Amino acid sequence: MASSSSPSLMDSLFQRSLDDIIKGLRHQQAGESAFVSKVLEEVRREIKSTDSHTKSTALQKLTYLHSICFVDMSWAAFHAIECISYPNFTHKKVGYLAISQSFQESTPVILLISNQLRKDLKSNVEVEVSLALECLSRIGNLDLCRDLTPEVFTLMASSRIPVRKKAIGVVLRLFGKYPDAVRVCFKRLVESLESSDSPPIVSAVIGVFCELASKDPKAYLPLAPEFYKILVDSRNNWVLIKVLKIFTKLAPLEPRLAKKIVEPICELMSKTGAKSLMFECIRTILTSLAEHESAVKLAAGRINELLIDEDPNLRYLGLHALAIVAPKHIWAVLENKEFVIKSLSDPDPNIKLESLRLVMAMVSESNVVEICRVLVNYATKSEPEFCNVILGSILSTCSNNVYEIIVDFDWYVSLLGEMSRIQHCQKGDEIENQLIDIGLRVQDVRPELVRVGRDLLMDPALLGNPFLHRILSAAAWLCGEYVEFIRNPVELMESLLQPRTSLLPPSVRAVYLESAFKALVFCLHSYLQSATSSDHSALGLSDPGVSSQSYDEYSGAHGENGEESGTTLIQENHITPDSVLRLLNLIDMAVGPLSGSYDVEIQERTRNILGFTELIKPVLSDSLHPQDERHKQQAEASKMVRLLHDTFSDELGPVSMSAQGRVPVPDGLVLYENLADLEAVCGSSLPASSATISFEGSHNVEGATSIFISDQKEESEPSSESTSLLAEHRKRHGLYYLPSEKNTEHHEANNDYPPANELKSGVTVSNDAQDLAKLAEQSFLPKRKSKQVKARPVVVKLDEGDVLPISSKIPQAKDDSLSEAVRDVLLGNEADADTLTQKAAADSVSRKKGKEKLNAKEQEDDLDHMDSQSGTVQNPVKERSKRSSRKQNADEGDHGGDKGKQKRRHRHGKHRTREGVQNPPANVISQTPVPDLLL
Amino acid sequence: MGIRFILMVNKQGQTRLAQYYEWLTLEERRALEGEIVRKCLARNEQQCSFVEHRNYKIVYRRYASLFFLVGVDNDENELAILEFIHLLVETMDRHFGNVCELDIMFHLEKAHFMLEEMVMNGCIVETSKSNILSPIQLMEKTS
Repeated sequence: MASSSSPSLMDSLFQRSLDDIIKGLRHQQAGESAFVSKVLEEVRREIKSTDSHTKSTALQKLTYLHSICFVDMSWAAFHAIECISYPNFTHKKVGYLAISQSFQESTPVILLISNQLRKDLKSNVEVEVSLALECLSRIGNLDLCRDLTPEVFTLMASSRIPVRKKAIGVVLRLFGKYPDAVRVCFKRLVESLESSDSPPIVSAVIGVFCELASKDPKAYLPLAPEFYKILVDSRNNWVLIKVLKIFTKLAPLEPRLAKKIVEPICELMSKTGAKSLMFECIRTILTSLAEHESAVKLAAGRINELLIDEDPNLRYLGLHALAIVAPKHIWAVLENKEFVIKSLSDPDPNIKLESLRLVMAMVSESNVVEICRVLVNYATKSEPEFCNVILGSILSTCSNNVYEIIVDFDWYVSLLGEMSRIQHCQKGDEIENQLIDIGLRVQDVRPELVRVGRDLLMDPALLGNPFLHRILSAAAWLCGEYVEFIRNPVELMESLLQPRTSLLPPSVRAVYLESAFKALVFCLHSYLQSATSSDHSALGLSDPGVSSQSYDEYSGAHGENGEESGTTLIQENHITPDSVLRLLNLIDMAVGPLSGSYDVEIQERTRNILGFTELIKPVLSDSLHPQDERHKQQAEASKMVRLLHDTFSDELGPVSMSAQGRVPVPDGLVLYENLADLEAVCGSSLPASSATISFEGSHNVEGATSIFISDQKEESEPSSESTSLLAEHRKRHGLYYLPSEKNTEHHEANNDYPPANELKSGVTVSNDAQDLAKLAEQSFLPKRKSKQVKARPVVVKLDEGDVLPISSKIPQAKDDSLSEAVRDVLLGNEADADTLTQKAAADSVSRKKGKEKLNAKEQEDDLDHMDSQSGTVQNPVKERSKRSSRKQNADEGDHGGDKGKQKRRHRHGKHRTREGVQNPPANVISQTPVPDLLL
Repeated sequence: MGIRFILMVNKQGQTRLAQYYEWLTLEERRALEGEIVRKCLARNEQQCSFVEHRNYKIVYRRYASLFFLVGVDNDENELAILEFIHLLVETMDRHFGNVCELDIMFHLEKAHFMLEEMVMNGCIVETSKSNILSPIQLMEKTS
């Protein structure tokens, strides 16, 4: 073999054919890539040949490798162009296939094919025209489409049906890339709609309109009469499906149209034997004619038939149809609830998924507990993927619109805890968000939250599961933040500092440490408080400076509530000097070694804790022994602890996401314009993050503080601090957080609140699909009365803050110009259209010849038109006469068609003089695009 | 767009024909085909023929050792696409006489031309078997 880069005669003579390559490929089992690269090497040499056969065979092989073996062929673009210029059809078609497989709009040599395409479009050989049209429809870019619009326009009137059909197909590409083509081709497109004598044409043109209407339905409303005619007359299911798709888009825009089409569609639905057409009818009715109750009833009947079918495809589609109807007519879903529930255990995961969506659509305030119970139970038995899908949909349904459907938050919180423990649960992030979110929003549920959090923290097994780390982080934060609800803070400290916490990632461990710090402060505080008060009662001293004012109020507040948590607890767990010593030792032991951690967060927090214990230890240890100085020492310790305690005790609340926007821009602060450019980037990324909640420190707020602070003191003396990050953030940015008046929540907690555990036992959780079936009977029925008379706790919502800012999307300029052009044409600015036919022709001519003169002339023409057009619009007499003539035509009642005919007549007149002198434009008046047919 | 791509894949997951109606790079194609084939070939006869993938749907059907996979927009009619696949197979049957994987391998060009007759810009434009095949017969005469 010659190794030179140019092909030798030998190469041509002994060139391997495509068949050889395919056979070769089939026999290569392992070394395919070696074989391919060898062939590729040959191809690179052969393709440079001047012999057309050798070149096209090489290109053919390359195209094959490209589409089957993912071989790059962009380098051969120029060779492909050479191939399409060969006169031999076999070579030409190889070139065209290569181009349509490998070119894209930005292929550098693409413009070189413009002339060849034009030549082939004008060819007398039908297959050559077809190839060129096909190619244009695949790779046409703005330049190609603009240059070739006149040729395609001519072909749209071709007497050869296959050519005409393809020309119509190409129009979609022309419109998409070069919207001005609408002004040239649109009328012929509309005319083709009426060519009922040749089904292929109608089929092609309706496909084009279906695509066009899906992008901007409004512009095609005037054509409704034509579409209606096809809907009623056509017997071709493919065409009917497309027409139905068009009406799905049009009907919502025009109620009269909806009324008009309901009947024929219903008829079609009940008569047709084709399932595909029937399903399309169902879908059209459910999406766009949902207001027509009787039609929906009929459709629901057909859905029932689909659901009981053997064929899994039909069952799937039946469920899919129910999902469409669910938002507007939930009754249709409820009618089939048994089936939906049963489908949850279908062997097909897609059907399962679809039925899960439906189950979630049926969830309401009254049945959410039962449904979730069953679903969670079901999730534990499912394979990991579906399990997480179930969990995800429970989480999103329940949290929808700020936990709208949740009445019993204690139940929901314990459900979250339970979900965390499911073996395959990977929804840690979402559960974390919700736990914290609920903690901040719903005050009444905090005791239960803390209980759930504590249970999670206590379990050393959970620390080994990386998916749970985010949840544990939330649990740790909650237990630290609301530590006053903890029954046994010492026990909490122990679980926060257990050895297995070394398994946690540093960020979570930092949260653990901070929570431990809060718990420690809380323990010391309550220890000192109780010590002081007992001293006071013993010694009869009054020492208001040090005394436990907040403690008194705290106990008072909880006394009112009659809640077990507060005072009584602390007295039960009376923290003894021993336990304080034990705590301090625990800290030395567990936290001490971390002071050398490489992680900054951990190190910093460790230092904080150790620093504090070092400060407090001497004072405390003295106070542990009864000495004379005892009171003084104790007072000092109290002071220190109280200081810290107060730092932590600020209430955190949700902050409106738009809070920042309400901060007036201070004088002298210049917001640079280039920052506004970032909005596009940040706008989309921000709301996606868990930023629905930020934290608020009330100490920075001046307005609402008085209520606020007293409220806090009453409610507890929470030793609360979030992570130190948070605290710092709060300090630094406190100014920017705004007060939320709604933070003052009512204490509605009742004693008879049923504990979450009882609910659990209330519902049967047997392990079978029967369970699911039972659910169908138990729930989904409105008859169910709520067991508890418990009112829904207050959920803090911010006026507008919970709604994510909607970033307005910039509409696509191209589509706009497309629909604008369509509107122009449909509204009868046809004079313009004719100019454009010429313009496009002239355009390409001028481009070819490179003369600017023509362009200038054209622009003058355009200006002329604009003048004369504005003249017509201002002529009200004409408009009236036109309207009256339209009324006379009421029996035909089809102004679109009417106009189309006029246009056609006009067009024929003009077509002959197309290249001639510009005629004055016809007086066509713009009309409202509401077809008379619908009236 | 309607139809986004049409793939023919054998039981081993090797692509035998790939026609895309939107531009994808080779890498994207390779990844896409890998994902789809893995997803669809794992399914059994009792499961439905529709698979949601990314932001579109795949409608597939198996004929002997060959899978026909069509990627469509979400509002496309699934059953119509199944019928389209069947029509494609029938058309090939008529042309090749009981079409098999080898026919498509060795006549890839023809298979592409049939598809081009049936689908343009992702829209189904022709559904009559004789109309689809007549240009190919014409071509055979011409060349």
